[in-house]
Amino acid sequence: MYKFLLCWRYLRTKYIALASIISVMLGVATMIVVNSVMAGFAHEMQDRLHGILSDLVFEAHSLEGFPDTEWHMQQIRNVAGDDIAGMTPTVAVPAMLSFQYGGNWVTRPVQLIGIDEKTQGQVGDFGKYLQHPENRQQLSFLLREKDYDDRDHTGGDEGRPRPEMARAGWNHRRSVIERHRMIQANGKPAGQELVPGDPFALQGANPAPAQPPAPASEARKVDPFAIREAQGAVFDPLKEQHTGLVMGIALATYRDHGGNDRFLVLPGDDIKLTFPTAGTPPRAIDDAFTVVDFYECKMSEYDNSFVFMPIKKLQELRGMIEPKTGLRYATSIQIRLKDGADGNVVRDKLRAAFPPELYSISTWRDKQGALLAAVQMETAILNVLLFLIIAVAGFGILAIFFMIVVEKTRDIGILKSLGASGRGIMGIFLGYGLSLGLVGSGGGLALGLLFVVYINQIADVLSRITGQQVFDPTIYYFYKIPTIIDFTTIAGIVLGALVIAVLASVLPARRAASLHPVEALRYE
Amino acid sequence: MNEIHTVTVGKTSAPRHALGAATANPRPAATARLQAVGLEKHYRKAQVEIPVLRGVDLSVASGEFLAIIGQSGSGKSTLLHLLGTLDAPDAGEVHFDGRRIDNLPSAKRDALRNKQFGMIFQFYHLLPELSALENVLSPLMIAEGVLGYRRRRAAHTAKATELLHLAGLSHRLKHKPRELSGGEMQRAAIARALIAEPDVLLADEPTGNLDRSTGQEIMRLLRTLNAQRHLTIVMVTHDLAIAEQADRIVRLVEGRVERV
Repeated sequence: MYKFLLCWRYLRTKYIALASIISVMLGVATMIVVNSVMAGFAHEMQDRLHGILSDLVFEAHSLEGFPDTEWHMQQIRNVAGDDIAGMTPTVAVPAMLSFQYGGNWVTRPVQLIGIDEKTQGQVGDFGKYLQHPENRQQLSFLLREKDYDDRDHTGGDEGRPRPEMARAGWNHRRSVIERHRMIQANGKPAGQELVPGDPFALQGANPAPAQPPAPASEARKVDPFAIREAQGAVFDPLKEQHTGLVMGIALATYRDHGGNDRFLVLPGDDIKLTFPTAGTPPRAIDDAFTVVDFYECKMSEYDNSFVFMPIKKLQELRGMIEPKTGLRYATSIQIRLKDGADGNVVRDKLRAAFPPELYSISTWRDKQGALLAAVQMETAILNVLLFLIIAVAGFGILAIFFMIVVEKTRDIGILKSLGASGRGIMGIFLGYGLSLGLVGSGGGLALGLLFVVYINQIADVLSRITGQQVFDPTIYYFYKIPTIIDFTTIAGIVLGALVIAVLASVLPARRAASLHPVEALRYE
Repeated sequence: MNEIHTVTVGKTSAPRHALGAATANPRPAATARLQAVGLEKHYRKAQVEIPVLRGVDLSVASGEFLAIIGQSGSGKSTLLHLLGTLDAPDAGEVHFDGRRIDNLPSAKRDALRNKQFGMIFQFYHLLPELSALENVLSPLMIAEGVLGYRRRRAAHTAKATELLHLAGLSHRLKHKPRELSGGEMQRAAIARALIAEPDVLLADEPTGNLDRSTGQEIMRLLRTLNAQRHLTIVMVTHDLAIAEQADRIVRLVEGRVERV
């Protein structure tokens, strides 16, 4: 009984012990915050990666792809049909994207992906990253009239407004073309912005059938204008669009200093893509496209490089259709698994069924293995480092406890003279260590959780005080610091802190227990 | 070995030669409550052995009030510690109610100190974190676990309150030791020593840190306890005036008992 009473009294009267309580508290709080933020980051990243990538990717090694996607999909179904919820073929090729902005041509390397607009939504969260509400329901490569989201809808409540997007759509397209036509009609030179008849021109102001001779390029053969010319059709940009294209939003925007997105291109604008054909050796071809929507998954790596277009058109342009049979080629098949299916098991089944020299089959985790592993390793290393902080706090407890034992030497003698056993004395100090650990980790738990819950507000305040953005949304493409509070982790942290506190009090407690009562009583 | 001086005062203690085959296995006298037989104790200071007790024989009868006097450094506190099993002798034996106690396992000695011996000290030795009442209760807290203590808490508190009342501290129950005067602290310490209803009270200079009149109050309290409760008291002091209030006085000189 006296152990508890004395523990309690020591806890309330020995303020020096507060120092060790605070160090335990800070250690625990830091670990909770770091783990929550890292878990939030990892989760957010995995979520996005998984949303972007399907569960399994079945790929050909070559850019040429494999023929007869239907047959391949049937084979995949034969092997692992029970686990498969959906499949869609895609064609992925590196490409160059060019558009005109401020009188200059901007060219960017991109990953051009041909997708099937009907089935793409079945294998991932593709739809939810688009900017037009209807496209989110069902993607269409036809330009929408208007009603594009004029705020960052994936940013949640914190999503910034994007006033420029309110103009996007056919309205934008028409107004741009009309302006150009007006400039033309006034007889002013089009300047650098518009080279009439240049196939690279954003809006052919004068879509006369008589196009000037094109640059001597093989690619001209598949130029849609040429096809249209051959067909005798006249392309009217006021009423018609080129092939629709969904563009990674970071390709079309830049962030200003306020963290707002400024648009270089809007849905309705035309751009140009250059990409290799499927033959050997590949030749470069180009074509004009109309931006119909933006893709924004908040992973800058993807937002910065993905451009989506209809797979059928891409197959046509790249020559991925066998002329005789009409069978289409694809470079990969995206597979979504049913809930609960183990991606690794299905992957291994498929790997066994398809020759590895022709196909590479990987889960989304395999694809992003390096990134995920890096995050995991960072978390692990941070945890080790932070646990060292608590260990340091443990040594603080050790030192302070030795001090307290010295200070309490006479009291220990008194207790022994009253019949307390060495074990009982040890119990006092072990219990004291435990209660310090409890108070410290309890305080740390509260502090850490509060910090995690209000982390964005805290970041804001810190930004205001220091004048420097603590969490820069231009780096991560999300506005809020993501956090996940995992109670198992927190329980582990608190338990670890308790164990350290008790371990640190073992030595002083043993010393206290072994004090000779007479010498302790005589101690001044 | 050193020669042994035996003190025989009163009817209760037996002379040394009456202990039968004394040198081999001395048997204590039947009526002695507490008996020391040939106690020796050395302290080691920087490789030099300093003898403190050089063979002390002492017998305390039940209900006796014995005073041990001596110069400082004569070993009287050490003797008291040996009697109270706080320390182990280098040679010799301590007997309590006829049983040898100096070689008992530590748990038994702890229990003995907790229940059979009450101790009071020159510097009171109250626990500074606890109130007077809690200090008085502390031997019971040590003796009992949480559950047992809680079950009997009301009875314990009543008993402690009564003892503090007896010691004249009814108005100081909740006070911490630092809020009490020296005399009050010593009275609280006496109440603490009595809470477990011990057979023997071992007092180490109980008045040594008090002025004369306060010291007299403490002595009056001890005399009362000795008279009314038949408490056996062994008191160590250097003050003859204090010692003379005991039934019997034993003088320690250079680690040996000298007849007074």
